[in-house]
Amino acid sequence: MHILEVRELTDKIKAALDKPELQNVAVTGEVSNFKHHTSGHMYFSLKDETSRIRAVMFRSRNRSLNFVPQDGDMVVAVGSVGVYEFSGDYQLYVDWLFPAGAGALAIAFEQLKSKLEQEGLFDRAHKRQLPFLPRTVAVITSPTGAAVRDIISVARRRHPGINLLVIPALVQGADAPASLVRGLELAAVQPDVDVVIIGRGGGSFEDLAVFNDEGLARAIVHCPKPVISAVGHETDVTIADFVADVRAPTPSAAAELAVPSYLDLAERVKYLESSLQRQVLDRIKHGRRYLAQLERSGALRRPGERLRPLRMRVDELWTRLVSIAGQQVEGGRKARDVLVAKLDALSPLTTLARGYAICQDSTGRVVTSYEQVQPGQELTVRLKQGRLACSVLKGEEK
Amino acid sequence: MKDLKFEEALAKLEEIVRQLETGELPLEDSLKLFESGVALARLCSKKLDEAEGKIQILLSEDGEPTREEFAVEEDAL
Repeated sequence: MHILEVRELTDKIKAALDKPELQNVAVTGEVSNFKHHTSGHMYFSLKDETSRIRAVMFRSRNRSLNFVPQDGDMVVAVGSVGVYEFSGDYQLYVDWLFPAGAGALAIAFEQLKSKLEQEGLFDRAHKRQLPFLPRTVAVITSPTGAAVRDIISVARRRHPGINLLVIPALVQGADAPASLVRGLELAAVQPDVDVVIIGRGGGSFEDLAVFNDEGLARAIVHCPKPVISAVGHETDVTIADFVADVRAPTPSAAAELAVPSYLDLAERVKYLESSLQRQVLDRIKHGRRYLAQLERSGALRRPGERLRPLRMRVDELWTRLVSIAGQQVEGGRKARDVLVAKLDALSPLTTLARGYAICQDSTGRVVTSYEQVQPGQELTVRLKQGRLACSVLKGEEK
Repeated sequence: MKDLKFEEALAKLEEIVRQLETGELPLEDSLKLFESGVALARLCSKKLDEAEGKIQILLSEDGEPTREEFAVEEDAL
């Protein structure tokens, strides 16, 4: 009988194991004794109720792993069985490793999410406010997809005056994240772009996973302009949604968030403009009552030209009021008629021209009663030409 | 004032209306505020309507990115 050396026996065993059915096999089992060595290689065992096999995944292989295995994880390992001569162990040399059950993408999602969250990239404090009225909205997505059509349609409907700039990007496949990052870079240097929508329409989990890319997440955070994420449907959540300044449930919703309604804005302006007119008319009415009161009190004994500048000013404003009323698109004529009627009603104001003075205290408040001032207090009396600085001698009721 | 953004002009306009509503200002000051308010309201309307509303696509395949009109299918709108 030929006596073998250990090395010879080991070589025979290696040869015996070098069979096609032991190469490139997929095996499922539970991870145990997992160690990520400082060399970068991963050592662990795969086991089930009755059996166990050692496994190694070299650094060159595990570098592309998008999750970190842990003891207890059910995984699918793809690799080849071989012998480690030094210890006499046979083991599985793992080329690919996937989480069983949860799915590789889901695990990767959770891990990236908690990593970025710990870095503070999701903090509300970092989020930028969307512009009130953007000049141009950049839309980074596929130029042929449903998302771009939805966004354009909604944006047009809300405010036809807002510019839209489509920045084409791949939204599926391995090259998509880099393409989307490039889109963000382009958007960042367009001076008229005030807000960015990045997204795509609905798709499979794998399709949407393009938006779970770490590089893309960081590019969104670093984009100098506010970014709205708009990926898939309401129920789809991606890493991009967490890092974006605003998450829109759908591309259409993103357009609603980015583009203010023209009608709302125009109505707001119109409302404020009419408030202005109303306020000023109220003031003029108030002034008229005050002047009437002055006349009745007989305090002014020198009717003349003193208040002509004020009257002229008021006349000028009337003219403007009328002209503004005339310019109002809706009900312009009616508003104008109402206003003109109001102004006619105020015509006694022309008595201003007869020359009164307005007495004001140092804060500009008009003095209408002797009770408002103290002896010695300084008052300003406005005349037709210039003003007088006066001091109160005494106040009397009559 | 021409350099104001829409939202800035709107905020100023709102502030002016608020000031006028308190009713404590002298008439002369109210009139001044009214004048600025009218100018701001006009500016707001102008800014709202002056936007061009272009739909463009940024093409960057060969070097320098250029903008071209983006053709939208009419039935999509």
